[in-house]
Amino acid sequence: MARFEARIEVTHLAGVADPAGATVERALPALGYSNVSEVKIGKSIRLVLEAPDAEHAQRQVLDMCGRILANPVIEAYTVLVTELMSA
Amino acid sequence: MTARVGVVQFPGTNCELDVCFAVEQLGGTAEILWHGDPSTSGVDAVVIPGGFAHGDYLRTGAIARFSPVMSAVAEFAAAGGPVVGICNGFQVLCEAGLLPGALQRNAGMKFLCTTVGLRVETTTTVLTTATERGQILQIPINHFEGNFVCDDATLATLRAEERVVVRYLQNPNGSRDDIAGICNEGRNVVGLMPHPERASDLLLGSDDGNALLRSLLAACSAGAASLLS
Repeated sequence: MARFEARIEVTHLAGVADPAGATVERALPALGYSNVSEVKIGKSIRLVLEAPDAEHAQRQVLDMCGRILANPVIEAYTVLVTELMSA
Repeated sequence: MTARVGVVQFPGTNCELDVCFAVEQLGGTAEILWHGDPSTSGVDAVVIPGGFAHGDYLRTGAIARFSPVMSAVAEFAAAGGPVVGICNGFQVLCEAGLLPGALQRNAGMKFLCTTVGLRVETTTTVLTTATERGQILQIPINHFEGNFVCDDATLATLRAEERVVVRYLQNPNGSRDDIAGICNEGRNVVGLMPHPERASDLLLGSDDGNALLRSLLAACSAGAASLLS
């Protein structure tokens, strides 16, 4: 078994309003950043798991995303899996 | 027989005693159902009350849906048992897939704690048989994530099947189609953001919530099958 690090990014599905992003977008011009648009706020989750290979690790993390880490009704997710070198 | 209402308690739930009080003053018997027990203990109805189940970590209701009691609640609901989710309970029912859609942060990014006007849209649910269609109720809301979201197909189904149970007179949180509460296909599972138990005595400013809770007590004896006729 090898150890893998998964970095998961959870964002709003396209078309679902992002109230936090919209609020920050409205606040930025007040600080002089008037050239900013499309602010999106999501979640970043990092975890380490053991798996026989990267493919298994990736599949398991995607499964976690669909079942608990994200709500597919309103959220999209991307997963980046990298192998951790043993010390 | 007195109606027995089970009130689910997760770590972080904080409205369970208010619901018990409101149920008992209407003549029902209330008992707490601990989230770790995989049973509904033979009650006649289940209420998932408000609060911050499991700290609302990750998302509201995301962890709560995996608590052992929720499998029992799902079975109870599938058998036609009356289940009502209030506020955080509504969020839990959506996460558990017992109701469609999801609740996300309020459009204005403000925690809302105020009394709102609601319009009853259907009387054929376990929570509204003792009300009249079009009746206006004054009931408090108290939430940060009450903004009901669903896709176009789900909204079309909810409307066609008259499954929007209550709507806001003035949309406070950005909810799609002013939706404050919905029910499932069997009309025995209802979720709503407003708190009927906080409008259960005129001392609290309104007792309009009693009509809803009285409906629930009536559903305990009537059975949900009568709602589908």
